[in-house]
Amino acid sequence: MSELAARPGWDRRQLARYVQNYGVYAAVVVLLAYNALFTRNFVDMGNMRTQLVQVAPVIIVALGMALVIGTEGVDLSVGSVMALAAAVIPLYLGFGLWPAIIMSLLIGLAAGLVNGTLVAVVGLQPIVATLALLVAGRGIALVIAGGQLKQVHNADLIALGTNDVAGLPVVVWIAAVLALLTGLLVRRTTYGRQLVAIGGNRAAAGLAGLPVRRVLIVTYVLCGVLAGLAGVLATARLRASDPSAIGNLMELSAITAVVVGGTPLSGGKVRVLGTVAGALVMQLVRATLIKHDLPDSTAQMVQAVIILVAVYVARERRTR
Amino acid sequence: MTEPVIAARDVVKRFPGVLALDRVSLSLAPGEVHALVGENGAGKSTLIKILTGVYQADAGEIAYAGQPVTFARPLDAQTAGISTIYQEVNLIPLMSVARNLFLGREPRTRIGLIDTGRMNREAAEALARFNIDADVTRPLRTIGLGAQQMVALSRAVATDAKVLIMDEPTSSLEPREVETLFRVVRELSARGIAILYVSHRLDELYQLCSNVTVLRDGRVVHTGRIADLDRLTLISHMLGRDLAQVRREGVTGFTGHGDAAATEPVLVADGLTKRHVLHGISFDVKPGEVVGLGGLLGAGRSETAKAVVGALPVDSGAVTIAGKRLRRNSPKKAIRAGVAMLPEDRKAEGIIPGLSVRENIVLAALPRLTTAGVVSRARQDRIVETFMKRLRIKASSPEQRVSELSGGNQQKVLLARWLCLHPKLLLLDEPTRGIDVGAKAEVQALVDELAGEGLAVVLISSDLEELVEGADRVVVLRAGAVVGELAGDDVSEHAIMATLAAHEGEPDE
Repeated sequence: MSELAARPGWDRRQLARYVQNYGVYAAVVVLLAYNALFTRNFVDMGNMRTQLVQVAPVIIVALGMALVIGTEGVDLSVGSVMALAAAVIPLYLGFGLWPAIIMSLLIGLAAGLVNGTLVAVVGLQPIVATLALLVAGRGIALVIAGGQLKQVHNADLIALGTNDVAGLPVVVWIAAVLALLTGLLVRRTTYGRQLVAIGGNRAAAGLAGLPVRRVLIVTYVLCGVLAGLAGVLATARLRASDPSAIGNLMELSAITAVVVGGTPLSGGKVRVLGTVAGALVMQLVRATLIKHDLPDSTAQMVQAVIILVAVYVARERRTR
Repeated sequence: MTEPVIAARDVVKRFPGVLALDRVSLSLAPGEVHALVGENGAGKSTLIKILTGVYQADAGEIAYAGQPVTFARPLDAQTAGISTIYQEVNLIPLMSVARNLFLGREPRTRIGLIDTGRMNREAAEALARFNIDADVTRPLRTIGLGAQQMVALSRAVATDAKVLIMDEPTSSLEPREVETLFRVVRELSARGIAILYVSHRLDELYQLCSNVTVLRDGRVVHTGRIADLDRLTLISHMLGRDLAQVRREGVTGFTGHGDAAATEPVLVADGLTKRHVLHGISFDVKPGEVVGLGGLLGAGRSETAKAVVGALPVDSGAVTIAGKRLRRNSPKKAIRAGVAMLPEDRKAEGIIPGLSVRENIVLAALPRLTTAGVVSRARQDRIVETFMKRLRIKASSPEQRVSELSGGNQQKVLLARWLCLHPKLLLLDEPTRGIDVGAKAEVQALVDELAGEGLAVVLISSDLEELVEGADRVVVLRAGAVVGELAGDDVSEHAIMATLAAHEGEPDE
């Protein structure tokens, strides 16, 4: 009887699956093609550069977010962790660029450790556990920074935000390399496979002897470190550490990129390249609308529609 | 005989691929306490759900107070006067006892606010009638489970119920609380409320019920006065064995794995105890031996297996694997010590539905296939190929999603997951439930083969035939305790049922 039911819907199923798998890449191509034809000065070096520089931090944060979402979790604290990382930079910049970066990343690591422990050991819901740090993190960052924006004059740090390597900005290279590494991490390592299995069926993974707690903690730590790095890069680009602005609403941009990229919120699957494409789609849509003189509010509404479409397309079809 | 207050006549319910109820009839007279028994999948819950409006019957009719009725929704049944109490208390733990009692029908003041004073007073009175002394203003979860059950009960009868359905109400109660519950049930019955009582504890049924209906595979196999039915017959009805022909002949390929008696046991379980669940379970398994765990539903068989692999923390008792005692047991440690368990609930605890056959097979073995954190694809493929061939797993490719496979093939994938770790002890919890006949025979033959190679196996099965054919020795459990052990020629369906029945008379621990 299932065969009877399956027959007529077969083509649609196939199509749905195709859209599910490749829709987001098609969207990137369509957006680029549209702009190449109808938007003046869009597909030129200057503009493309701007777009990429703007989207790079989102991609970096979204990569960590994709891992967390793959475990059936979510990390709302990434924006605040960026602010925290930004806040500590001026404190250590006196010792040189590397000590400052390392401290920022350590702050991200500590934040991830807190989140991971709350989720994996204490057993809190991820949304609640990370909400605590979303609220507290920015407050702490403002305290560290004494409540004000601090200009940074370190030439090395500024170079990180503005220089090119082989024709592309450093931040873009960093995002690209991290995306590649995350892809390998998910596909090829024990940790990555265990992460996906835990997200897919936590009870079964536990019974199969997987180190569930350790994998969860490592995942939140990775997400925290990536957010910390994004905070450093944002500071470099702004040439200022501004804990009240850096990373604002980044958690939502990152979750959006992950979801639009086809990673289901129900866990058990991580689409790394999809996440990159998801971030690009959101960036391009906004840029396109702005270039056509539509107000930012319109862009936001269009983005909302895209999120709904993405969730609709990505929803798991019942196989049973 | 008085007219039944509720009657089901020739009720049929189909689910895709299953006939859940096949012309089931059941009737309850006012004040009657009627036992409903049957093993897993017999159709008890389906019947209850039809009586309470959760499901609708495909054919047949429900008569309530002599009138044919259709309950489209649970609310319809409740308004009509059918209340249900579930195994797990279905109330709101953070609300006060009184609020729970009056949920949805709170007394109001003139301006429409909840009249807390009156509500608390009436709640206290209602509970006092059942001899429950509890502060009704405290959150429900702060009072004992037994008292919570009583709150559920008083809530059910306060709504003017004519019929009360109780689904395993005693499974989490202390003996003293059970007594109180029984007293209340008898009181309700004296008031003329008809009670349908579902339980696996035969003692309770004989104490409390006047009539019994036995369901098996969606059919009524027996109905009548419980006093006319001895325990052995009741059990044989439940398990579906005709007493006259239980003596099976035919050679089993399972017996006589050589000098099992001489060798050291692979598993020694010693006094596994967990409150309310296990009471000092001890047994051992030697290499090449298949030990069956027998017993009715809820006897503690799956829990015993879970305790051995460390998935169920025990209060006391020890698990020793190949001479080494597992301390602070966890699945991880047990697996490292050489234990593997095929869980009963394949979907919830076994397969990772979104992953491929290959990934499901190598899941537990990943760390062993890894160099510097990176999993070797070649080594994965080798293992997957070997086991797919050996277990004859039918999949379009190793990359097919495991959720697209049939139940039998999913089970084989799980077996492969464990076998590629080369375990010393294999725990199989209902390994052939819900899989088709062909796959069933294959799995059974495989178990035999593995035992032949020296693997120690613990087999849990509700299928007596499978247990008798598969096991060299059967440890019989009841209410979380070992009540008998059968070995060699003594392993027969009749002997298992007789052991179960013989020990039913003893009081609960």
